[in-house]
Order: sequence, then C-alpha cells, then structure tokens
Amino acid sequence: MNLISSLRIALIALRVNALRSALAMLGVIIGVASVIVLVSISEGTKRAVEEQIASFGANLLIIRPGSSMFGGRHGGAGTADPLTDSDVEAIRNEVAGLAGVSGEVNASSTVVFGGVNWSTRIQGVNPDYFSARDWTIAEGRTFSGAEDQSGRRYVVVGQTIINELFDGADPVGQAIRIGGQPFEVIGTVAPKGENSWGMDQDDIIFAPLNTIRQRFGAGIRGTQRDAVQTIYADIAPGESTGRVIADIQDLLRIRRDVPPGAEDDFAVGSLAEFIRARNETESQLGLLLAVGAAIVLLVGGIGIMNIMLVSVTERTREIGLRLAVGAKRRDVRNQFLIESIVLCLIGGLAGLVTGVGGTLIYAQVGQLDIAIDPMIVGIAIGASALVGVFFGLYPAHRASRLDPIDALRFE
Amino acid sequence: MSALIECRDLVKTYTMGDQTVRALDGVSLDIEAGDYVAIMGASGSGKSTLMNLMGALDRPTAGSLRIAGEELAGLDADRLAAFRNRTIGFVFQQFNLLPRTTALENAALPLVYAGVPAEERRRRALSRLEQVGLGERVDHHPSQLSGGQQQRVAIARSLVNDPKILLADEPTGALDSQTSEDIMRIFDTLNREGITIILVTHEQEVAEHARRQIVFRDGQILEDRS
Repeated sequence: MNLISSLRIALIALRVNALRSALAMLGVIIGVASVIVLVSISEGTKRAVEEQIASFGANLLIIRPGSSMFGGRHGGAGTADPLTDSDVEAIRNEVAGLAGVSGEVNASSTVVFGGVNWSTRIQGVNPDYFSARDWTIAEGRTFSGAEDQSGRRYVVVGQTIINELFDGADPVGQAIRIGGQPFEVIGTVAPKGENSWGMDQDDIIFAPLNTIRQRFGAGIRGTQRDAVQTIYADIAPGESTGRVIADIQDLLRIRRDVPPGAEDDFAVGSLAEFIRARNETESQLGLLLAVGAAIVLLVGGIGIMNIMLVSVTERTREIGLRLAVGAKRRDVRNQFLIESIVLCLIGGLAGLVTGVGGTLIYAQVGQLDIAIDPMIVGIAIGASALVGVFFGLYPAHRASRLDPIDALRFE
Repeated sequence: MSALIECRDLVKTYTMGDQTVRALDGVSLDIEAGDYVAIMGASGSGKSTLMNLMGALDRPTAGSLRIAGEELAGLDADRLAAFRNRTIGFVFQQFNLLPRTTALENAALPLVYAGVPAEERRRRALSRLEQVGLGERVDHHPSQLSGGQQQRVAIARSLVNDPKILLADEPTGALDSQTSEDIMRIFDTLNREGITIILVTHEQEVAEHARRQIVFRDGQILEDRS
C-alpha cells in the first residue's frame, strides 16, 4: 500500500471523529507551543548575552590581585600585592595562545578643551588593549609600545568626549588639558554604546599606561611604582580558554611565590564566562521550562496513544477485513502509525502557530529578548512526528497482531 | 489433474480453558475447479472452521490443505495474506464494507494490497461494479445503499482480484428473501462463467443453488451429495 493512500485513509479516519481528534491533539499542540516559546526566549537571551560578550571582547581574560591574608583574616578583593608591568611582560612572553596582553590603570579627572570641561574616566593602557577589548579605531591612530614606554602625552578619546568637548567635530590633532596637564588627541574609537548595566562605555579617554602612572599616580601602591590594577589577556581564536587560564595561573603562582597547596592570591576570570554565569539563572529557568514542555509532550503523547488504542478497537472489523483481503501485518501497522503521525503533525503545526503567537505576546508583555528562528519549524515537525511514532507504535503494533478471524467476528 | 482444493485428514482443535475442542476431526475432501458447493450444518458442526481454513484465514492443527497446488499448512501470516489476496474472494454475512468510503473504493480495496496502480484499480473496480449491476452508484457510501446493494458491492470487491475461489459465508443471512434470491442469481451467473463458489449456509433454499451439498456434524462430514 502506498503512502498517498495511507495518508488519505488516515485523514478520513481523523475527520470522522474530528472533535475527538482535536482533543487528542491538544496535548501535542500545547507541548509544541511551549517548546517554541521556550526556544525563542532562550535563543533571544543567548543572542543578547553573546552581543554583550562581543562588545567586551569575546575571548578576554581579566587578571586581578586577590585578597591578602593577614593573621588568618582575608582582606577585600584586590588587597593582595598588585600585579606589575613585569607580570604583563611575563604573561605576554611565556603564555602561548594569546593575541594580546595589556595592563590597565584607572584615573578620573577633569578634561578641558577651550572653554569646555568634562569629568571622565582616564584609562592608562598598553597598545594591545584596543584589540583585546574590541575597540575599533575610528579616526587617527593609537600609540605605539615605544610611546607608551616613554610616557608620551597622547590620548585616544571615546565618542562621548567628542560630543561633549568638541561638539562632535574631529578632535584628532587638538590639544586638551587633563588635570591641568597638556595632552594631544591622536585618535578616536568607534562608539560601543551602553553596556548591559547601563554604563556609557564611550565616556572614556585612553592614554599610555606609563603616562597615566607618572602623571596621575594611578596604580601605584606602596613602593611598587610599576603596578597595574588589571591585566587583560586576549585569547587567540581557536585556543582553549581553560588551558590558557591554567598556564597564567601556574606562571603567576611562581612569580608571586604562592606556596603549593595555598589559594591563589590573584584571580583569572573570563569575562564571557562571567556574563554567561550572570545569565545562568535565566538558563536554569529555561531548563525548568524545557522539563515542563517535555512533560506536556509526554502527556500529549499518552493522549495520542489512548485515542489510537480506542481507534484500533473501534475499527477491529475494518482491520479484520483488510487482513482478509490481503493486507500484510506491516500494511496494518503502517496505516495506524501514519494515522498517529498525521494526528501529531497537525497538532505540531497548530502548536507552531500558537507558539509563535505566544512568543510575540510574551515579548510584548515581558519586554524580553526573543529570537524566532526558522529552525523552530523543524523543531515543531520533528517533535510532533517523534511523539506520533513513539506513542503510535504500540497501538499500531497491536492492530497488526490481530487475528483476522477474531477481528472479523468482533462486535 | 489434481483438484482445486484438496483437504487430507484436516484437524483443527481449539483450547477453551482446560478443554480441547476438536472443531474439525479428520476431514478429507476434494473440490474441483468450477464447482458450486454448499456447506451446511448446525452451528459448531465445523463448517465455519473449514471455511476459515479454505479461506487461508487460519492454519490447520494437523493434516494437509492444498489449494491451487499450494500447501497452506506451513505458511506464515504474511504469506497467507498474499495467498488470500490473489486466490480467494470473500463475501460475508455482514458485508463488511468500510464506512464513509465509496462503493468504488470499497470494491478496489484488495487491489490496494496487491500493489495495483490507482488508475487500474479504478478501472477494474468499476467493471466489477457494473457486472453486479451497480454501475450507477459507484460514488455512494455504504450508508446510502440498501442491504442488497451493499452485498453487491461486497461481491464486486470479492471478484476484483480475479480470484480462483469465491467463499461466501451466509451471504444472504442479513437479507430479505427477494433480495436473497437476486444475490443468489448473481452467484449462479458467476459460477456459470467458471468461478468456483463455496457457500456456507443453513438455509436449504440457498443450498439448492449449489450443485453439491456437504453437511457437517461434530467436525466430520455427515453427508456429501451432488
């Protein structure tokens, strides 16, 4: 028996009991719809997170001093000995698989250009910083390693600075005063906008790390005049994050004389992982929803199985007749299996429509990130067909094992 | 030349609880091609059991059953299905038509399982429906047809695969006497055209149409008269 006749028989059988078929489908409809909503929301969240990560620098490691131990008491984060320029150098030279390494020191100051002033963050960085943090140079250039070393008074400014100090005009080549000292603008960076907690990332000025340390004393604690507050390490594409972190940890433990068995007195963190961890609550919620959707599909499938068993019983004589006129066992099995799959597929398509509608409503009401991916069509069809096969197999098998004589005699 | 149907010492037993019932108790019987046979007997005499065996719906417990040169005793369910499909046409007391399915599709059903293409199925079913006088009602559903018309559809279905043997189990049992007579005349005509017909009936009038009457009792042949 060919597929088209099987499909026709299935559709006729389902139409005869239209209400019953619709009720049996309900579980599949709800199940598929919740899967669609779930996938769209979790895809949306995932994309939002990936966008955040990309704006920070996708493969960025952040290295900071840890807490100090004094008489068995932990100090706060960052209270351990600071990291230094030589740590930056050591990481750059000894850890494989890094695209760039940069120290960072922070200051804040008032910046003056002509009659305008503006208070902002000043970051002292090494040249690798721009690529590591995915800053794109929009105009002009950045400073070189030699200019960093010699403490040249160059700055690269963000979009907010351009807007506030220069009224949006190209600032390259202009002289500004920071904390009363003259600097030359040599470049600008392309805007990044607000980060995920609403901070304006473009309200910033970058300068050579040595310049800031010399001029503003930033990053200097105690006697260590080569201290940096943070080290950023950019992992080269294709390198293992875990391996690079381990290498950096090994290196810094030796350099900082951490005894074997003792805790690290520094922290190596992956920004991507930090952001992902921050979204973990959301993904756990997603897991819960997934379990819920799976349960609904399971219950829906049991409904399908129930209705198929009823259908097999009701049509025992039909099965007997088909066997008598030459249907093989597999013909009967396929007929009922196809009926079950068709039932579920119709439910799946209805669920797809419901799910997309539900997602759009959810996004409207909840103001949440959603992403409706074409793959949900595949998910809807796949999930419902799977339910159809899995829960249709037993009723279909039962139909195919009927004895033709008993089936024909069935009242 | 051997007979179309050869039964040799056929035994069929059923187990009911802890009791074993011998429904057929060593039946030997030949039916020639082109014959017209009525099988009679009280209920439980074994006539239906023999019918099921000759229809390849069931397998004997012991003995040999050859139909058209093929031994049925050892065939599995799917081989029996294929055998029924090409060799046997069934007519039942309760017609057993598929509801909400046209007369044409009902008549064509055996061809679906023979793998005949749709166009040829239609053509052959149509010609059989015309043969039983239902050419005008091929698109009617069973519920729109009278009992006699439904049985005609069933006869068209039994003929559509050009079977060697037509097995009819109380074919007039659900019909009034006038309609019964019409149906029996169709069988008579079919037999004259050469098809072997075996009827199970308990009505003497129906049995009179056959050339040979076999009466069963307690799983054995009581009488076999031509």
